[in-house]
Amino acid sequence: MKIGDVAPAFELPAAEGGTAATFSPDEDRTDAVPTAVVFTCNHCPYALAWHDRLLAVARDYEGRARVLLVNPNDAERYPRDSFDAMKERVEADGGWPAPYLRDESQEVARAYGAEKTPDVFLLETDGRLRYRGAPDADYEDPSQDAAWLRDALDAVLAGRDPQPAETDPVGCSVKWSR
Amino acid sequence: MPEVELLWWEGCPSTEKALATLRDVLAEEGLDPDSVVQRKVRTDGEAESEGFIGSPTIRIGGVEVAPVENEPAGLTCRVYRLRDGRMSPAPDPEDIREVIRRVT
Repeated sequence: MKIGDVAPAFELPAAEGGTAATFSPDEDRTDAVPTAVVFTCNHCPYALAWHDRLLAVARDYEGRARVLLVNPNDAERYPRDSFDAMKERVEADGGWPAPYLRDESQEVARAYGAEKTPDVFLLETDGRLRYRGAPDADYEDPSQDAAWLRDALDAVLAGRDPQPAETDPVGCSVKWSR
Repeated sequence: MPEVELLWWEGCPSTEKALATLRDVLAEEGLDPDSVVQRKVRTDGEAESEGFIGSPTIRIGGVEVAPVENEPAGLTCRVYRLRDGRMSPAPDPEDIREVIRRVT
């Protein structure tokens, strides 16, 4: 997907509560908010390093935007990324402020063109891609606080174009099924 | 001079960082930073036979830096815990230094 493209709709099961979460582009809904779709996983050190910062974004923007965490990794070769392992992780943390979704078929990751974990896609309410890339400039520095994603969210909420609109995603490659 | 090995898999982008950290610590300890033997792990079978639990893996004189028990071998990215508690794709320099001092 390129900046400005409309992202595909999806419905995926969530690790917590057994419910599904959906993304559906709809510019006519007055209650719609921007959505950050973040491809992530259980086993990648980069995803783990950024994890708390992404959850903080979900908390801080509650009601103004939403964060959907999507794990697309092949669980046959990477059992730590199985749906059961995802459920255990969320449960061990006492729940997360963002749904953790399982993309078992990897169709959503392929449709979005996800390359890494983590890989952030910020979508306007009409589904247009407004920011794609890393959460911030340095996975090793918690004080970065997902600044690129936060800046992009603030821009979209204010009706501006995010600057930058794209950064290079940094992390482990998505583990595609063979 | 003990053999210094860095085993890596192409699915993780942390090899260069780990190599740079390893070389820095070797130099600080008075050892040759260019002595690192880099070995690419390509298949699950190679990972199994090498006891490779993730990339990057560093062994000095056969002693693994930041060893983890009961971790299955496989082509994956390794998660290290830094001494300040943060998660990292590369080991803490002090963990490397500790092994160097133990084997030399």
